[in-house]
Amino acid sequence: MTEHRDYLGAKMGMWIFLFTEILLFGGLFVLYSVTLGRYPTEFHEASKLLDVTMGTTNTMVLITSSLFAALSVVGLRKGSRKVAKTCIFLTLTLACCFLVIKYFEWSHKIHAGIYPGGGTLTQWEPGKQAFFSLYYTMTGLHGLHVILGMGVFLWVWTRIAVGTCTPEHFVALENAGLYWHLVDLIWIYLFPLYYLIT
Amino acid sequence: MTTDAVNAGFMAPGGKSWLREWLFTVDHKRIGMLYLWCITAFFVVGVFLGLLLRLELFWPGRDFIGQQTYNAVFTLHGVIMIFIVVIPSIPAAFGNIFLPLQLGAEDVAFPKLNMFSFWLYVIGGATALASLFSGGGAPDTGWTFYVPFSAVTTTNVSVAVAGVFILGFSSILTGLNFIVTIHRLRAPGLTWTRLTLFAWALYATAWIQVLATPILSITVILIIVERLLGMGIFDPARGGDPILYQHLFWIYSHPAVYIMILPAMGVVSDIIPVFCRKSIFGYKTIVGSSLAIAFAGSLVWAHHMFVSGMSDTAVMVFSFLTFIVAVPSAVKVFNWLSTMYKGSIRLEPPLVFALGFIFLFAMGGITGLVLGSAGTDMHVHDTYFVVGHFHYVIFGGTGFGMFAAIHYWFPKMYGRMYNRRMATTAALILIVGLNGLYFPMYLLGLEGMPRRYYDYLPQFTSLHQLSTYGSWITFAGLALMLYNLIHSRYRGAPVGRNPWKAATLEWTLPSPPPTHNFDTEPVVTHGPYDFSEVRDDDGA
Ligand code: HEM
Ligand SMILES: [Cu+2]
Repeated sequence: MTEHRDYLGAKMGMWIFLFTEILLFGGLFVLYSVTLGRYPTEFHEASKLLDVTMGTTNTMVLITSSLFAALSVVGLRKGSRKVAKTCIFLTLTLACCFLVIKYFEWSHKIHAGIYPGGGTLTQWEPGKQAFFSLYYTMTGLHGLHVILGMGVFLWVWTRIAVGTCTPEHFVALENAGLYWHLVDLIWIYLFPLYYLIT
Repeated sequence: MTTDAVNAGFMAPGGKSWLREWLFTVDHKRIGMLYLWCITAFFVVGVFLGLLLRLELFWPGRDFIGQQTYNAVFTLHGVIMIFIVVIPSIPAAFGNIFLPLQLGAEDVAFPKLNMFSFWLYVIGGATALASLFSGGGAPDTGWTFYVPFSAVTTTNVSVAVAGVFILGFSSILTGLNFIVTIHRLRAPGLTWTRLTLFAWALYATAWIQVLATPILSITVILIIVERLLGMGIFDPARGGDPILYQHLFWIYSHPAVYIMILPAMGVVSDIIPVFCRKSIFGYKTIVGSSLAIAFAGSLVWAHHMFVSGMSDTAVMVFSFLTFIVAVPSAVKVFNWLSTMYKGSIRLEPPLVFALGFIFLFAMGGITGLVLGSAGTDMHVHDTYFVVGHFHYVIFGGTGFGMFAAIHYWFPKMYGRMYNRRMATTAALILIVGLNGLYFPMYLLGLEGMPRRYYDYLPQFTSLHQLSTYGSWITFAGLALMLYNLIHSRYRGAPVGRNPWKAATLEWTLPSPPPTHNFDTEPVVTHGPYDFSEVRDDDGA
């Protein structure tokens, strides 16, 4: 049996899937806005405690990685598997950078006792506690998606290497790129909501 | 007749490794059969748990299981029935087997993804069951996992909700697969208005699966986060809010009841014209009402929360919206009845089950209005009235839709016919049993018997006993039906392509259909309920 290939179908499936991911985060954004409405001043205060420099750096890192993701698709479509693989490699490297920076941010806070159940945070007003529980939940879930996206890119990388993802049939790479853009996009919303609302 | 006299089609045993061949199959028909068997197995487990609950309630006071066990049993009963049986039931089993056939397609759009979602289903179901035997014991929260209790109970809630998360993911992928399949794989000539109503129902359902289930996923993720990391998102002392949990939960779970009922409506819409030899009355209204239910059903979730402390305005708005969603359901009932009017009716088992569906669904739907109007709901909220209502709707509705589907497509799936008299008898026993089982619950609820209690005041005894007798009759009906089907799977009389003389594409294939479905791509020239071209010798 020849494998059934349907470019439009594959794209459609991916878009619908991305939509479910948006809804998944959508639930959290709703929680965020309700809680923000309830504790505007506490959110303002708590937001000051986040490190804007690190957040901004991470935003730049992730946007750049998205650029390389896009370039890998362009590279493959133009016929160069080598360019595609190099660009995927750069995307993955930047994704690692993102996670490392995130790790430092989190561990600073955790050392200072600012985490749910932590000595410092439990002393603070409920509004600030809510800010940080949402912060950890949302950036944590986003971080998990970064890791998943890296897994997807690794998988596509091997497919390019063994020749099942080719300049003629590049939809797997294109879909991986779409997924990565979504992960990027979600961060672009998280960043101002947590770091810049002071 | 011996077994090998019947064409085996896609069911044909493969080589030596037939087990592997089945478990890792990408053939949509085999995947659908696997779902059907798993769902049936889980259904049997769920029914036994239900019977156990009824038995405990035969006398007031403790009969033989204590309160903790009772709580665990009704939680497990609810989780199994809702997430493992009813939600996947018709779409995952019959949708997988028959949607591609009705579209004239070779398979679904993503066959490997289909196998993957079956495996997610198995893993999710196993995880949910594992919560029984590991950790702090079976969860005791009820299938709704309401906080704050679910965040603090020492029972094994985290594992159970992880199972629910995986099952939800499986459901999303099935829905996604169906949407793309319907858009991309229709045979030439199969325009949107020539689609079967079953396919249309699956289409509407698939969108709800895709759009609502992610909210369930995030809700259960939050429970896990709350339990394992102590986030406090729903804890007022730490700035959270438990009502937000209820909103998130019902934003999924109300639409989920349409995931449960729409496919059953699709089955009934397909069956009625065939056994009345008449084109369906109001094809476009039925399609429109499916889409309207899918849309309006997403706006009414908070009718589960009238007494949770929402604002009066919210209560009124949600009460009003709930009434609106009843309209498209009623429209469908009128369409079915009008189709039967002056039809030449053949009262075969699938039609008997379909009629049982209409009756029981109406019994449940009308009481839904009592629950939907905030004033009366204040009185019966969290009483047995609710238990009666949702059982009429999901057992009488989805359950009967499932039974109707089995009896309609059984000859196509196995190439054999069951004993029709026995099937009709089972259907009638079930209708009697269900009314005996659930009607007393309405009365109990009106008199104030709360749900989820293993004990009750002595004045409720006779109604409880009536209900328990009903559960035994129901059990007898189920047993007879299952016996008939299992027996006929091996011993039933062989049938030809089209025993019901239906006009949809799956009946043009041999029974059971061959692995590759259609030898040549069919070209569709007329609608699904145009019987003028069905030949009389087709049955052979
Ligand atoms: C012989 C069949 C059945 C019997 C005897 C039965 C009986 C019961 C009983 C006694 C309860 C507990 C009510 C309470 O304490 O509040 C219950 C709850 C429930 N049942 Fe069934 N049931 C049956 C079939 C079904 C089916 C087919 C479904 C799904 C389609 C279902 C879904 C549920 C759900 C969702 C609950 C709610 C659990 C909760 O309150 O948290 N049941 N059932
Ligand atoms: Cu509802």
